[in-house]
Amino acid sequence: MPDIPAWLRRVAAGLVVACCLLGASASAQVPDPFAGLSQTSFNAVAASVTTLAASGAPRAQAVITALGERRLYAARTGDALYIRNGSDYVDARSGAPARPDPDTIRSVRVNNRIREAVAGALALFGLTSSDPAIRLRSADAAYDSHDPAALPVLDRALAHEADAGVVHRLREARAAALLSAPGQAGKPGDAGAVQERIDAVRILAASGGLPARAILAGLHDQPAAVQAAVAQALSSIDLRLRLWSVAQDLFYGLSLGSVLLLAAMGLAITFGVMGVINMAHGEVMMIGAYTTWMVQQAVAAAMPALAPVSILLAIPAAFLVCGAIGVAIERGLIRFLYGRPLETLLATWGLSLVLQQAIRSLFGPTNISVVTPGWLSGSLHWGGLVITLNRLAIMIFAVLVMGALSLVLRRTSLGLEMRAVTQNRRMAALMGIRTPRVDALTFGLGSGVAGLAGVAISQIDNVSPNLGQGYIIDSFMVVVFGGVGNLWGTLAGATTLGIANKILEPVAGAVLGKIVVLVLLILFIQRRPRGMFPLKGRGVES
Amino acid sequence: MRLPAYLPGTVVTAAIVVAGALLMALLNLLPASFPLHVPDFAVSLTAKYLSYALLALAVDLVWGFAGILTLGHAAFFALGGYAMGMYLMREIGTRGVYANADLPDFMVFLSWTHLPWYWYGFSFFPFALLMALLVPGALAAGFGALTFRSRVSGVYLSIITQALTYALMLAFFRNDMGFGGNNGLTDFKDILGADLHAPLTHAVLLLVTALSVAGALLLTRAVLAGRFGRLLTAVRDAENRTRFLGYRPEHAKLLVWVLSALIAGLGGALYVIQVGIINPGEFAPGNSIEAVIWVAVGGRGTLSGAVLGAVLVNLGKTLFTGLLPELWLYALGALFILTTLFLPRGLMGLRRAPEAAAIAGEPAPVTPEMAVPEDAS
Repeated sequence: MPDIPAWLRRVAAGLVVACCLLGASASAQVPDPFAGLSQTSFNAVAASVTTLAASGAPRAQAVITALGERRLYAARTGDALYIRNGSDYVDARSGAPARPDPDTIRSVRVNNRIREAVAGALALFGLTSSDPAIRLRSADAAYDSHDPAALPVLDRALAHEADAGVVHRLREARAAALLSAPGQAGKPGDAGAVQERIDAVRILAASGGLPARAILAGLHDQPAAVQAAVAQALSSIDLRLRLWSVAQDLFYGLSLGSVLLLAAMGLAITFGVMGVINMAHGEVMMIGAYTTWMVQQAVAAAMPALAPVSILLAIPAAFLVCGAIGVAIERGLIRFLYGRPLETLLATWGLSLVLQQAIRSLFGPTNISVVTPGWLSGSLHWGGLVITLNRLAIMIFAVLVMGALSLVLRRTSLGLEMRAVTQNRRMAALMGIRTPRVDALTFGLGSGVAGLAGVAISQIDNVSPNLGQGYIIDSFMVVVFGGVGNLWGTLAGATTLGIANKILEPVAGAVLGKIVVLVLLILFIQRRPRGMFPLKGRGVES
Repeated sequence: MRLPAYLPGTVVTAAIVVAGALLMALLNLLPASFPLHVPDFAVSLTAKYLSYALLALAVDLVWGFAGILTLGHAAFFALGGYAMGMYLMREIGTRGVYANADLPDFMVFLSWTHLPWYWYGFSFFPFALLMALLVPGALAAGFGALTFRSRVSGVYLSIITQALTYALMLAFFRNDMGFGGNNGLTDFKDILGADLHAPLTHAVLLLVTALSVAGALLLTRAVLAGRFGRLLTAVRDAENRTRFLGYRPEHAKLLVWVLSALIAGLGGALYVIQVGIINPGEFAPGNSIEAVIWVAVGGRGTLSGAVLGAVLVNLGKTLFTGLLPELWLYALGALFILTTLFLPRGLMGLRRAPEAAAIAGEPAPVTPEMAVPEDAS
C-alpha cells in the first residue's frame, strides 16, 4: 500500500477520534460509535471501524467480526444495523434478536481498505484476551499498524496489563501510535505533550530495528526538542543496525564457510594424501545431492511416515554411493596416472564432463526440487539477527563431519596408514603398508565426504547437473589457501574465505567482492606458496 | 644435449597451413556452380579453427616446453579479443541502433554520457592491434613475475591461473566495466573499411590467420631451437637442478609465459573478427581447459601437434554438435580421459613413438610410489 494514502487515512482516523472526543466533551452526549457503519462510503465505514474499535463499546468486537465475515447488514433507510447468524438476525447494537424485512436491508460491502481496518481492529481486541501470547501478538500488530486511533485502547490495555513482556511491547506500540499522530510544529504545544513525545522517541530508539527507524524517519513537523531527540534516536538505531548487519554478514560468512569446508574437506584428503587434483570432485558432490533427492523420492513412495527424516537417511546413502564412485574412479582411472598430477587433472576434468552429461541424460537438465523438511525450514530471530535453520544445521553438520573425519584420521588404523602415506609414501610402502589399498580407500573417503557436502548443498542451493561447477573453484581456493597438511588448514581456509566473501559483498557488491577475494588469494599465494598450514616433512619438496 | 627432435616438422606444418588456406580461399572465389567451390561458411570456420590453433600454440609453448600447465590461457585469448572487439565496435560509428557517433550502443543503452578513458584510441586499428598484444602481455608479465618468483608451481599454479580467468570472467560480466557486460561486444559492421560479411573479406581473413599461425610457428621454432629452448626443456624436466646449475628458471619461464600470452592475444583478436562477437563467456575456465586438451590430443611438446590438435578437435566438435549434440560432452570427456591414459604424447607421438621417449622422459611403469612430488610435469 502506498505511503501517502495510509498516512492520510491515519490522519483522517485521528480526526474522527478527535471529533468524537471533542463532541463528547462539548455536549456530554456520547455519539453513536456504530453510526458510520451504516453509511455507503467505503472510507466512512473503514474510519468508523477504527473508531468503533477504540470506543470500547461492548458489542464492538462482535460487530467488527461480523463485518469482516460479511454478515453485517444495514437498513436501506435509517441507521439500523443487523448481524446475520445463518438465517436469523440480531440487532447489531444490542444483540437482541431482530426480524428485519430482507428487502429493506443491504449487506455492508467490504473492500481491501475495510478488510485492513477490520484486521487491525480485531488485533486490538486481542489485547483483552486472557492468554498473554495472544495479547503479545496483538501488541505486535498494534505496533506494526501504529495507528493513532488505537491510542485509547492501548492506554486501557496498559492500565490492566500485568505481564512484563506485554507491557514492554505495549509501551512501544503506544509510543509508535503517539508519534504517528499528526505533528504539532505550528502549535506552541504544552511542555507535557512535548515531553511525552520525546519519551516516545526514546522508547522507539531503545526498541531499535527497521520498523522503529521507519516510523522515526517519517516524522516531520515536530517541535524542535522532539526533532532533536528523533535525530539522536535515528543515529543510535543506525549504529545498532549496522552492527547487527555486520553480525548477519558474519553469520552468512560462517554459513558459506561451512559449505566450503564440506566441499573442500574431501578435496584436501585426496590432494593431501595422493597429490591428486580431482576436478570431478564437484560432480561427486552433485551426485550426492541427486542421491538425496532419490532417497527422498523412495522414502516418500515407500514409507511416507518417514518423509521428514529422509534427509537423515540420505546422509549415509550419499556417503556410500559417492564413496563407491570414488573407489571406482581411483581404481579405474587415477591409479594409472600416478606421478603425473597435471594429467590426472585433465583426465578427471574429462570425467567431470562425462558425469555431468550422464546426470543430465538421466534426470534432465533442469533443477530438481529437493525437499527441505519442516524441522529444517524457518528461522530464529535473535535481536537483529536472522538465523535460518537450514544454514545453522549445515554449520553443525560441517563441524560434525570434520570431527568424524579427524577421528578417522587420528584414531583408526586406516587414518594412521593414510597419514604415513601422506608424509612419506615410499617409506610407508617399505614398512608394509599396502599403499594401493590406502589410495583407493582414501579416495573413497574423500568422495564420500563430497557426497555429504552434496546432501548439505541440496538444502540451500539449486540441484542441477551444473551444481558441482559452482563450487569447484571455490573449494580449490580453500585447499590452496589453507594448505593440504591438515584439516585445520581447511577449516581456517574455508571460514576465512567464507567470511571475507560475505564481508566484502555489501561493500563492493557480490561480483566485485569475489574478484577482490580471488586477487587477494593470488597475492597471498605469492607469500605462502603452500598455503597457511603447509605440510612439513622430508617427503615434501622444497 | 641433442637438437630437439620435435622441431623440423614445424616448417612443413607452417607451409601446409598457408598453402591450404590459400587454396581454400581461391576455391572459395570460384563461382558457386563450380564443383570444387568451397562454401563461405567453410572458409570462416577454418579461419576460426586457425585462430584456435594460435591459442593451442600458446598453451603448448608453456605446457609442452616449460611444464607450466595453464588453465587460464583463455584469459589472454579473450583480452586480445576484447581489444579487437573494441576497435570493431568503434568502427560501427553511426550505424548502430542508436546512431550515436561517440558512444557504442550498449553505453547509450546504459545512458553513459561520454566514452571511458580506456576506450580512447581504439578507433585506430594499429592501436587496437597493439593493445590486443600488449594487454595480455602486460597481464602475463605481472602475473608471471609474481608467481614464478615465489616459485608457485605444479597444480598450485594451474589452480591460480584458473582463478585468474575466473576472476576476469566475473569482472567482465559487470556492466560497470564498460565492456558490454553480459552481452559483450557484437554487431560489428566492417574492418578497415571492408565489409565483414563479404565473402572476399572472409577469404582474406583466412589468409591473414593462416599467415599468423605460420608466423607464430616459425617464431616459436626460432625461440625454441636455440640455447633458450634447451634451457626451457631443462627447467621443465628438473627445475631445481637447473637452478642449482646457476640458471634463473623464473626468468626463462616468465619470458616464455609472456610470449605465449602475446600469441594467445593475437589468436583472440583474429577470432573475434571471424566470429563477430566477444563476450565474458570466453573467459570461462572450461574454455582454457579445452584448449589444453587440443594440445594433449595433437601432441604436447610438438608445435605442429598443437595446430593439428586444435583443428581436429574443433572440427570434431562442429560435426558432433551438429549431428549428436547431446553426445558431445561424452565425447569430449572421453577424449580427455583416453588421451591422458593411452596417448600421453598425442597424435604426433604416434608418428615417432621410438624417439619421442627420449624427449620428455618416458613415464616409468606407473605405481602409486611415483606420486612422490617431483618437479611437476
